[in-house]
Amino acid sequence: MSRTVGLKALGLAMLGVVALLVPVIAPDPATTNVAVFTMMYIGLATAWNIMGGYTGYISLGHAAFFGFGAYSFGLLLNHLGMAPGYGPFFLVPLAGVFAALLAVGIGWVALRTRAATFVIVTIAFMFMLQLLAENLVKVTGGGAGLSLPYPHDWGGDFFNTPYYYAMLALAVLALVVSWWIRRSKFGLGLLAIRDDEDKALAVGVPTRAFKLTAFMISAALVGMIGAVYGYYVTFIYPQFVIDPLIGISMVLMVFLGGLGTLSGPVLGALLLEPAQLQFAYHFGASRLYLVLYSAIFLVVILLMPRGIVPSVVDLWHRRRSGSAAGPTPPAHGAGNAIKAASP
Amino acid sequence: MQLVLEAVVLGVLTGGVYALMASGLTLIFGVMRIINVGHGALVILGAYLSFALFRSLHIDPFLTLLVTVPAMFALGVVIQFVFIRPLKMDREALSVLVTYALALGIEGALGYLFTTNYVELRGWYETASFPVFGFYITWVYVFGFVLALVVLGLLFLILYRTPFGGAVRATMLNRTAAQLIGVDVDRVSALAFGVGMATAAAGGVVFGITNAFNPGSHYDLISRLLTIIVLGGLGSLRGAVIAALMMLVTTEVAAVLISPVWASFVFFVILVGVLIVRPQGLYGVRVRERI
Amino acid sequence: MSLLEISNLSKRFGGVVAVDSCSLSVPAGSVTGLIGPNGSGKTTVFNLVTGFLPRDGGDVRFKSRSIADLGPDRIYGLGIGRTFQLARIFPRLTALENMLVPVRRAGLRALLSHGQWGHEKARAMEMLEFMDISRVAGTLGGALSYGQRKLLELAAVMMARPELVLLDEPAGGVNPALLERIAQHIRQLNGQGVTFLLVEHNMNFVMNLCHQVVVLHQGRVIAAGSPAAVRENPAVLDAYLGA
Repeated sequence: MSRTVGLKALGLAMLGVVALLVPVIAPDPATTNVAVFTMMYIGLATAWNIMGGYTGYISLGHAAFFGFGAYSFGLLLNHLGMAPGYGPFFLVPLAGVFAALLAVGIGWVALRTRAATFVIVTIAFMFMLQLLAENLVKVTGGGAGLSLPYPHDWGGDFFNTPYYYAMLALAVLALVVSWWIRRSKFGLGLLAIRDDEDKALAVGVPTRAFKLTAFMISAALVGMIGAVYGYYVTFIYPQFVIDPLIGISMVLMVFLGGLGTLSGPVLGALLLEPAQLQFAYHFGASRLYLVLYSAIFLVVILLMPRGIVPSVVDLWHRRRSGSAAGPTPPAHGAGNAIKAASP
Repeated sequence: MQLVLEAVVLGVLTGGVYALMASGLTLIFGVMRIINVGHGALVILGAYLSFALFRSLHIDPFLTLLVTVPAMFALGVVIQFVFIRPLKMDREALSVLVTYALALGIEGALGYLFTTNYVELRGWYETASFPVFGFYITWVYVFGFVLALVVLGLLFLILYRTPFGGAVRATMLNRTAAQLIGVDVDRVSALAFGVGMATAAAGGVVFGITNAFNPGSHYDLISRLLTIIVLGGLGSLRGAVIAALMMLVTTEVAAVLISPVWASFVFFVILVGVLIVRPQGLYGVRVRERI
Repeated sequence: MSLLEISNLSKRFGGVVAVDSCSLSVPAGSVTGLIGPNGSGKTTVFNLVTGFLPRDGGDVRFKSRSIADLGPDRIYGLGIGRTFQLARIFPRLTALENMLVPVRRAGLRALLSHGQWGHEKARAMEMLEFMDISRVAGTLGGALSYGQRKLLELAAVMMARPELVLLDEPAGGVNPALLERIAQHIRQLNGQGVTFLLVEHNMNFVMNLCHQVVVLHQGRVIAAGSPAAVRENPAVLDAYLGA
């Protein structure tokens, strides 16, 4: 038992070192750009998983928090007349606070409904926010966009590096928070809600408060990442920052890697984001990139509905115990002893 | 005042169109408990199919229905079989992703085939209008509305007067119980999806004839449709129709009284308002999963 | 002292009156049985008492305090636990994790602390031992047999030390050996001061275990008293054989 723990710790340490050294190993802007976006999605996927993976409430409107984080950060920086450079990074947590507040508002309405309606309501709120961003021109600049301070003195090759470390820091934060939640009683409560919400109520779990809290934490993290993104691209537009594709990408990454697991979202992001960037680069103009994306999406979901990590872990367990280690737990929808085990 | 009246009439007419599109969506949810976020894309697909036929054969868009409806019905059955049925676990969540993926794929393919320029379906009667109460209503809107009524009427007939419809409603009420009384829920699901797609085909024609569209139009469309079915109550056809009318009339009136830009916003504000007061929608049932 | 007092409780579903002015009282420290033919409203009463259904009329008082409008989580927090007709546990959590889910005091500190698991975990293992299922502590709930789930469900409910436990068909779907075990556990817990109200169809089980029995028929209480008295009651026999 401790051998596995030891191995895991070593593996993690190695990954950590590699992650820290990426800009040193491959300093060219093209690569570091990929690194920034990949780290961004590692954080986004992990953050999304805190709500979608642990509670089972799938939010397809998380792009709202991403965009809100970016806009509120940009507006804050402009309002404060903040000089570009390292300073703005210290204000990123505020974007998280703003996003969390938005989550309280959205969550209060969206969580009054059951899981199926929740999905739709989050989509609705995302489009609402997009509309607001487009039409409150005096505040957000509308379709013309909002500009953020631009660090001129971070010339050429170096430019991406601070952003990479900022994204790395946020990704690590998301992972630590996610890990901690998973081990806590709060996290158990979330998982219980996912398995059987009424049963969770019956054993005293304050489901509404828990769901709202998870939603807020998830939103805060996503908001902070959005803020750094806004700062990175220096110019934000409503449809590119409150973009359903960003929202759906983070979801797909989590499903690919393994919903509800810790390493799943990371794996999903590592696999998908570089690929996504490549696709957009080669096929973006001809719209075929969407077709390809869609095809991969479908293949992944149909072949590995539980995601890579759980499937691999399952396989490993079977190898170890020689034969199938008992029936696989039944599908979503608890307590029904009649329901057959999933394939 | 005149403008408001005109807005109300327009709202009712377009409400019928949205009711048609929303009915398929809510039917699919009711029978299979899945949220087909690709429904907007399917409507646009129907519109493009009609467009392609109309462009190459120069026939009236409404006539293209003779081809598109059966074609989309068949496509629907296939989609359900290939993409939806294999989902055994976490069906509600995964189906959202799958249908979203389908929507993206359709958007990409349409963009590739037809470019992203806006197109429109036109009939010879395109600009013809007739006066009512001192303002003019274009015939296309009326035709669209009539078609919507006809298809909705057919849908209700099928659901309430045929054995198939009975099986569908039984499955909607209680899937397990339906199975126990001998309903082949898999077949019903596939056929129901097909019916949903058929309504999307019809909706596509009507939508295409009253709006300019391009492959990206499905986002706006699906967000409205989803809002409508949530407002009406997931799975309730009656709710979908009434919600559609309500939403569209209010939006058109808001466009006149406030501004067209904020009219869309009003759409969502209504949704939020209703959800606060009645989370299950107008005709939805407050469900406690299983006691 | 009456721990749970149900007075004139009513519930209708559309045209169907499921519970009709039902009144009963559960003395502290007792094991009370709630019996009646199928469809007599027993589970509906449970759902009303535990906050899963809103009532149409009447009141439910626990330790003289009205709980009729509270949600299920608040009610558990006050000290009333329940099990379900078809044993419900969390299939994707291990048996031990199942035991650690119940929340008695939803205070911020209590939930954020990871350290709480320390002594909770020990207690959880104790309860699992008590029910003789400690060896499956690491097994996923979904992989347990039905009998194990029933025991786990009861064990988990007991984690927050409820004073009153509502058991919905504790003997349902179990073999005679397990049945005896369950009865034993109930007696032991009762001996430790836990009050039970159970819905059951297995007459032997009820008669051997319960101090008092309440009979429900068509949503209304038609008899209440000692098991022996109820067994002889003509109205009860009528309800079971007649209906």
